[in-house]
Amino acid sequence: MAEKNMVEAIHDAMFEEMKRDDRIIVMGEDVGEGGVFRATDGFVAEFGEERCMDTPLAESCIVGAAIGASLNGIIPIAEIQFADFSHPAFDQLVSEAARLHYRSNGTWSCPIVVRTPYGSGIHGGPYHSQSIEAFYAHVPGLKVICVASPYDAKGLLKSAIRDPNPVVFLEHKKAYRAFRQEIPDGDYTIPIGQAETKREGSDISLITYGMMTHHSLKAAETLEQEDGTSVEVIDLRTVSPWDKERVLGSVKKTGKALIVYEDNITGGFGAEVAATIAQDAFDYLDGPVTRVASPDVPISPYSGILEEYILPNPEKIAEAIRKLAAY
Amino acid sequence: MAITKEAIKTFGLTEEQLLEMHYKMLLARAVSVRQRVLQRMGKGPMTFSGEGHEAVQVGTAFALRPGRDWVFAYYRDVAVALTVGMTPVEILRGFFARRDDISSGGRNMPSHFSHPDLRIVSGSAPIATQIPHAVGAALAAKLRKLDEISVAYFGDGATSTGDWHESMNFAGVHKLPMVFVCEFNGYAISVPWRKQAAIENVAVRAAGYGFPGVTLNGNDVLEVYGAMTEAVKRARSGEGPTLIEAKTYRLQPHSSDDDDRRYRTREEVEQWAQKDPIVVFAMSLHELGVLDDKSEQELNDRVNREVDEATDKVEQESTPEPESALRHVFVEGGASNG
Repeated sequence: MAEKNMVEAIHDAMFEEMKRDDRIIVMGEDVGEGGVFRATDGFVAEFGEERCMDTPLAESCIVGAAIGASLNGIIPIAEIQFADFSHPAFDQLVSEAARLHYRSNGTWSCPIVVRTPYGSGIHGGPYHSQSIEAFYAHVPGLKVICVASPYDAKGLLKSAIRDPNPVVFLEHKKAYRAFRQEIPDGDYTIPIGQAETKREGSDISLITYGMMTHHSLKAAETLEQEDGTSVEVIDLRTVSPWDKERVLGSVKKTGKALIVYEDNITGGFGAEVAATIAQDAFDYLDGPVTRVASPDVPISPYSGILEEYILPNPEKIAEAIRKLAAY
Repeated sequence: MAITKEAIKTFGLTEEQLLEMHYKMLLARAVSVRQRVLQRMGKGPMTFSGEGHEAVQVGTAFALRPGRDWVFAYYRDVAVALTVGMTPVEILRGFFARRDDISSGGRNMPSHFSHPDLRIVSGSAPIATQIPHAVGAALAAKLRKLDEISVAYFGDGATSTGDWHESMNFAGVHKLPMVFVCEFNGYAISVPWRKQAAIENVAVRAAGYGFPGVTLNGNDVLEVYGAMTEAVKRARSGEGPTLIEAKTYRLQPHSSDDDDRRYRTREEVEQWAQKDPIVVFAMSLHELGVLDDKSEQELNDRVNREVDEATDKVEQESTPEPESALRHVFVEGGASNG
């Protein structure tokens, strides 16, 4: 066991997989010198420039070339430097990666991973802060993972690399170096599509993912101490496919559901979770299915004052829990 | 380029191969015509025609090794598909959206050719998105030190897209084993070339990406074949990509839903019909003594018979099970790279 932060865990996951399987390559902007977040630090020295390939600054071609390489015996991990810059590759992800297997009646497949740092809270302004999971969770044929802790990141990235389908792997950049966690020495994976109950509780089910998991756990702690309210916190970890069973099981137990996500509220992934709970757990509900998310502004402003005002935080989440608990 | 016996000798083509080229062009034309007729009869919702492009398509595809080289075609490339080895039955299954359609099982529109064994890779409808895939397949071949090349096919419309420029650049940087084939017919549906670009020949752009580009008569199958042979040799020997710009003409509207009378004069279409690549090649084969009236008639009869038989066969075949529409969103059966 060693303590690692999330970037180190991601680095190790790729490093170990590339040692295990020489079909795996990393490609993207600045990955050769280690990447702007250092996720591929030392890769060129270990694997050479061909397996840790600097590409031209052209996101659509990074993803498109990864798709093409995946057809011919390579397992590419494409890095998009920031999720905000993935939009030029939207066509390649949505029209191509997601649809190739379906449109060919299952005869072609596309085992790629597209890794990208996402999320707010780091003074990134409107173009280094976006949450993009809802765009891709809407697209059948893509798997979408959101991680914000070292242990989950390593186990899920390994699963993503070994998955025969295209996976969009979103790493919350605020969590990259925010804390360290014990990581087992040996190989381990976490199944895609499996949520984790990070905190048991009996009064309210709080469903969240990404950085909001940490804020939600803080809020749950506060409520336990100050109000005696027992909040169950579920980290989805994967938004597509997502763990409906665990979520519905929890809501049926507590009777109340609070969904917390960082993205702006309208059409965010939490809306899908809310709709599913409303439909499939209606008879068990003892209060309105409630969402805490950012307001509908382009997330997020550069100024710390403005950013703090926009984003959900432990205090805002605690307030929502109190209101729902009192319902 | 005049088609002389000397010129043909330099290509190393036998008479049988010349006749095979002609046969593939005729077959592609007949399959396209048949689909248009069937569409008018209400037998299918949609067709795309490759009529007029046969020399570019056969001339380039004839220089490939089927099943080893990678083909990233677009929706006009029926003659590419047939030359690499697809059959009229397989093409028509796409038109009729039959269950056993190898391209897509009735999921993609017709003329979105795919055949894994022949390495014809499934494509989509957005223009030029297949070109980065051709880059990736070539990159993989290079990384794996495989003796394979990759060919990206597209029309002149594609050359305005980011994916085209990004792919040209990527391929140039890495000297990839691939060929870019532009089937230049002068229109992006209705938009003429003068509104697409401020240059006459798109091939000049290749210089900006560090590799050669050639402009040639796309209605001369042997001129195309000669250029493609050179490009393939360059690609295979590690010298990098080539852009081939083959000037040709689409003799039919863009699709069965398009009325090209709105944007092309009948005089222009007629002028190009006079240069029909199939007619031109047949005349050359006559002059060379490879084809005579009798053998030409036999060849035409053979093509028509094959397309008739294919139509009759495929029309009787099963349609997909409705509930199969839910399958193949993800790889089934837990296959893993692990």
